[in-house]
Amino acid sequence: MLTIIFFLSSGLFLGWSLGANDAANIFGTAVGTKMIKFKTAALICSMFIILGAVVSGAGASHTLGELGAVNQLAGAFIVALAAAVTVMWMTKAGLPVSTSQAIVGAIIGWNFFSQTATSMSSLSKIVGTWIFSPILSALFAFLFFHITKRIVERSRIHLMRLDSYTRIGLLVVGAFGSYSLGANNIGNVMGVFINSSPFKDITLEGLFYLSSIQQLFLLGGIAIAFGVFTYSKKVMMTVGSGIFKLSPVTALIVVLASSITLFLFASQGLHNLLTSLNLPAFPLVPVSSSQAVVGSVMGISLAKGGRNINYKKLSQISMGWIATPLASAILAYVALFFMQNVFMQSVFKL
Amino acid sequence: MPKFFNSKSKQLEGDIDGFLDRVTTAGLIFQEGVKAYVIGKKDKFERNFKDITALESDADNIRRDIKHKLYTYMLIPESRGDVLGLLETLDDIVDICEKVLEQFSIESPDIPEFLKSDFIELAELSSKTVEEVVKAARAFFREIGMVSNYVNKVHFYEHEADDVEEHLKRNAFNSDKIKRFSHKVHMRYFAEKIAAVSDVAESVAERLSVYAIKRRI
Repeated sequence: MLTIIFFLSSGLFLGWSLGANDAANIFGTAVGTKMIKFKTAALICSMFIILGAVVSGAGASHTLGELGAVNQLAGAFIVALAAAVTVMWMTKAGLPVSTSQAIVGAIIGWNFFSQTATSMSSLSKIVGTWIFSPILSALFAFLFFHITKRIVERSRIHLMRLDSYTRIGLLVVGAFGSYSLGANNIGNVMGVFINSSPFKDITLEGLFYLSSIQQLFLLGGIAIAFGVFTYSKKVMMTVGSGIFKLSPVTALIVVLASSITLFLFASQGLHNLLTSLNLPAFPLVPVSSSQAVVGSVMGISLAKGGRNINYKKLSQISMGWIATPLASAILAYVALFFMQNVFMQSVFKL
Repeated sequence: MPKFFNSKSKQLEGDIDGFLDRVTTAGLIFQEGVKAYVIGKKDKFERNFKDITALESDADNIRRDIKHKLYTYMLIPESRGDVLGLLETLDDIVDICEKVLEQFSIESPDIPEFLKSDFIELAELSSKTVEEVVKAARAFFREIGMVSNYVNKVHFYEHEADDVEEHLKRNAFNSDKIKRFSHKVHMRYFAEKIAAVSDVAESVAERLSVYAIKRRI
């Protein structure tokens, strides 16, 4: 049991850091501008992240599994650790880092080490989605901005009432965003452990069923929630008053646009529906909530006439698509080598 | 929770509207008061003065209540400073209207016949600036795109008021009908006091233009 907990710890740490960083993408402005109290935000965020992870987390995780099926617990430990260290290091460097990109890099590192072929179709699907997701967020934000502006102008709604509607909106959209984040990003945290999951399915009198994967996701969700409660306040205060100075209404638009993007790339229900209607479905891929938010902010800048577009941030994102997985892959490769040859642990099964 | 938010918001909407109504009324009472004094209806003037004194303290109470509620219920955190600043400067208009009528009541200036129409016109124009600045303030809360329209009107009436003020002062100092220099200075003093109402209204309008830009989505 102790061994299992030890090996899962790197994934839990990755979850913690995801909670600490990404909750701010959803509730940052709301808390930073004092529209919502941190405690309320943290509670809603945690609940819905766990719910999203357990109910709807399987889709995006499955794609990661296609990329590389890490089949030993010690290997999964290293893969998650390499991703976590990369995320920490990039965060310290002030780059809009993505857990998704770090974990993909680490998985590819494991593939190289175990001499497993990397599925190029999965990889191109994943990378294509990374590029597409901020663009999609920008489009949503652009659209929502114009709709909101028109509604607010035409309805002659009083400032006080607009304020109360915005608060309710920030809570509801925040809950949806948290759910989407949990659903889309749990794969990053716990996905690599799926093939070596130490848990057994639980059934209670036919009323309640929790698969071993769902138990893993529940654990990961709790780790994310822990990150939200222990560390995200600091990040939220920075987001709310620093990097992106948004008004509460624009924050609402940004969170809604980013959440929909995250949801589209995580919802199996929607995927199945579109497929059954013979329509092109969104691939289920873990994407970066930070980059979706940057995309949304850009969309709003464009809607305002293209002023204040932060080209530096855009180039940092593009750099991140290459630099993050590369750093993480190298780190994973080196760490796997040490785990196997120094600590004498089996990191893959042939 | 939504009901809680809404009830507080509705209450405050009512309070703000009530406050703005009082500012408009203060402008109208001020105009009527000056007119009543100038044409010699002293009883009516004293009634107006009494009314505006009551109104001033009433407006003060509402403003304090709004401030208290905004902080207690943590409402409009982004625009709270601007809204409170706006209400405070609007309250200054009510104060100055009351002060001018008080000066009339205390000093009982002797308005010569040939200056009466100028004084009345000046009071009307000042009152007009108050009316338009309140419209601009209402637009700030409900229809941000209309603020600049009303602000322009405030500038227009303030400029007109400046012209009438200058005309009145030149008339007072150039005319032989006023013998004593102190009397001329007294006329200038009251002309400036009445015009000060439009100056304060204009400075509120300036603030509103900036607040409106900040509030745009």
